[in-house]
Amino acid sequence: MIDPKIPDGELSKKWENFKSSSSLISPSNRRKFRIIVVGTGLAGASAAASLGEQGYNVVAFTYHDSPRRAHSVAAQGGINAAKNYRNDGDSILRLFYDTIKGGDFRSREANVYRLAEISLQIIDHCVALGVPFAREYGGTLDTRSFGGTRVSRTFYARGQTGQQLLLACYSALERQVANGTVKLLPFKEMVDLVVEGNRARGILVRDLLTGRLERYAGDCVILATGGYSNVYYLSTNAKKSNATAIVRAYKRGAGFANPCFTQIHPTCIPRSSETQSKLTLMSESLRNDGRVWVPKDPSMRAKDPREIAEKDRFYYLEEWYPSYGNLTPRDIASRAAKRVCDMGLGVGPLGQAVYLDFADAIKRLGKNVVYERYGNLFEMYQLITGENPWEFPMKIYPAPHYTMGGLWVDYTLMSNVEGLFVIGEANFSDHGANRLGASALMQGLADGFFIIPYSVPNYLASAGKNTLAEDSKIFDFSEKQITNTIKDFLEADGDKTVEEVHRSLGKIMWDKCGMSRSLTGLKEALEEVLVLKEKFKSLIRISTNDERLNDSLEKAMRVKDFIDLAEIMIRDAIERDESCGAHFREEHQTSDGEAIRNDERFAKVQIWFDRGEPALETEDLKFEFVKPSERSYK
Amino acid sequence: MREVTNRSMEIRLKIWRQESPESNGYFEEFLVENISPEASLLEALDSLNERLTLENRRPISFDSDCREGICGTCGFVINGRPHGPFPGVTTCQLHMRMFEKAGLLVLEPFRGGPFKVLKDLIVDRSGLDRIIQAGGFISVSTGSAPEANSILVPKNLAEEAFNAAACIGCGACVAACPNGSAMLFTAAKIKHLNILPQGKAESKKRTKNMLDAMINEGFGACSNHGECETVCPKRISLETINFAFKEGLSS
Repeated sequence: MIDPKIPDGELSKKWENFKSSSSLISPSNRRKFRIIVVGTGLAGASAAASLGEQGYNVVAFTYHDSPRRAHSVAAQGGINAAKNYRNDGDSILRLFYDTIKGGDFRSREANVYRLAEISLQIIDHCVALGVPFAREYGGTLDTRSFGGTRVSRTFYARGQTGQQLLLACYSALERQVANGTVKLLPFKEMVDLVVEGNRARGILVRDLLTGRLERYAGDCVILATGGYSNVYYLSTNAKKSNATAIVRAYKRGAGFANPCFTQIHPTCIPRSSETQSKLTLMSESLRNDGRVWVPKDPSMRAKDPREIAEKDRFYYLEEWYPSYGNLTPRDIASRAAKRVCDMGLGVGPLGQAVYLDFADAIKRLGKNVVYERYGNLFEMYQLITGENPWEFPMKIYPAPHYTMGGLWVDYTLMSNVEGLFVIGEANFSDHGANRLGASALMQGLADGFFIIPYSVPNYLASAGKNTLAEDSKIFDFSEKQITNTIKDFLEADGDKTVEEVHRSLGKIMWDKCGMSRSLTGLKEALEEVLVLKEKFKSLIRISTNDERLNDSLEKAMRVKDFIDLAEIMIRDAIERDESCGAHFREEHQTSDGEAIRNDERFAKVQIWFDRGEPALETEDLKFEFVKPSERSYK
Repeated sequence: MREVTNRSMEIRLKIWRQESPESNGYFEEFLVENISPEASLLEALDSLNERLTLENRRPISFDSDCREGICGTCGFVINGRPHGPFPGVTTCQLHMRMFEKAGLLVLEPFRGGPFKVLKDLIVDRSGLDRIIQAGGFISVSTGSAPEANSILVPKNLAEEAFNAAACIGCGACVAACPNGSAMLFTAAKIKHLNILPQGKAESKKRTKNMLDAMINEGFGACSNHGECETVCPKRISLETINFAFKEGLSS
């Protein structure tokens, strides 16, 4: 059994207790500690900036040309905070409860409560950094509603909240670069974690321009490298988003928690061509005013939707979940969309889409208000599809989006490898089996701005200063391994591109370890993935043998790690013999298709370790303050 | 209504090739056949690259990431215009259906000011980050912020700040400018931060430092040509530059 090291005391006092009893490092000593931060999205940039402000010697790595490119930039809808500015009954306790319930009682109470507490400070700090949040006429902050809640607690900057928050973190980071506390190294991708004696000693990176492998030793390593939805090939993630950093950490001893918890987002633009390279999400905020429906009669599928009479439309979310209606949580909305499409009611050329209709909202609010709220999203939709959403209802379908699973961390966000911290989407900590909308930005910033600046010094104070020399044997060992992998890939002589192999991996995962999973399907998937794993090197061909900037070599390194990850995702899905949140096992459902949880056996975190073969351990989830109940949104 | 089409099209691409910053560049022409009009331009390049890989030829290096027009990673010059002929979009948002009658597309890297070609269509835009380091921030450290609603920002001001803050840092403005100026980029950040009450305290210093940094990085001066505005994928207006000039005069 693994110990999450949750502080004692009342739920509402735990974080305060931790902060006031944690060890500190005096300002004059801080610069002697070298902290490695990998990834510069919301979590990484905010952590690097905050630690730089405290005076630590921070080195931040990004594989992009600039920190401002990180995929946090694409988050649209908003960020939750329990400010209760609306006077509509919100509170820290309620945000805590909504998040625990939204995650289908598969997350840690203490972590989630801390997240809800910190949400207040995040908004204060982001406003101070100059984020142009939406405002009321009086100049106060505006909010809107998101799925899985009945209060209005989502702060937003049009449909570009992630962009504005990322730019704020980026500017705070660049301020520290100018101050000399943070050294920023772009175009460098982490290819290995260096661990000695169960302690993180540094990282190996590949310079993407020169192809050189470089060694960086540090007193601790913070991974803020995002999620792994690209294991499905087609997802809402950016093309470069990958799991290499966390998979390499897993290979070096870090536990990987709940890998099968992957979120399929209900409102994405359906696939339209064979060469499709990624899917685009349309913000969940659209479900505030848009109504989701399909025709009641399959024969009307091809009909102009504007000509389908009200009585012939099936507003299935409103009908099945009257109390939350179109704002049910993502896992439920996605499965409902799949269900109506499986019933033969799906629209669009492939029958794999549902309508998201704004006609009522435009009538009720007027075009101007709808434009103000969603203008950029409408434009984006039109650009991608060539269709005008002001005239026709949008067509949407679920797509892989966010991964709740990630490296296991204790309450201080440190993994079982000492000195290895994992923050943002890369860890598993707060969202259980399903993440609520507008909670990813909140978690990334909570981790980076307000948790890491306490937990990292606490660790450093006890571990002491002990940086390994970069020419030590353990670095040689790691560099040799990676050098061999690169050499093998450059010499690979298969007849498939890496993209092709990635597409076949994606298809296995989407068909058999996606929105709906069965034991039979999972077992098939496991066999297929193991074959892919074994054959990978012989299948692929890398473009030219250029060791320098080489797109397909970069991809090969990433896809190799996606295949390893796919294996533990499937094993995890097999082991978790229940349905919960986004993990839907067909064997465990009610007659009307709702998930059936098994708290007795599975109120726990499943953690995978690489011991030659993947090995499973668990952490029990103790519910002291909330009683897990049936998660109903009806 | 759009339907998935089995239609396919073909297009000729004339692309700038350059192995490294030091080597000489040249144009190479390719024919891309059997591509769906629903594919994006970058997806057409993806499939061309897959073909080149299997033929043991060097694929075309271009940069992109989010492929939904927000990260600012992508961008090249298409038929003489950064991000192509349509206003208000990034390169990754272009679809082949928009080019059904084009026949030939000429693709070149963003050149201008200190942008240096790294490989084929990828350029070094790090100068833009250094302009931000000079003052594109509000100096507030984590932990010291006042309660959010204690700073009132009138709705129209928040909207105006947002319009400037929408910049994605792609560098199209630099590539379009005959002087290779980064004035639209720099002015957008100055305006975003200077008009907000939170950013007022250091507005003079910010303006001066950022404008100086722009010149020191080797970007040209602005002579109000206006090309930047026409290619900006986020439609940041020339008025933004006027604002920064006025701020500059008073700083």
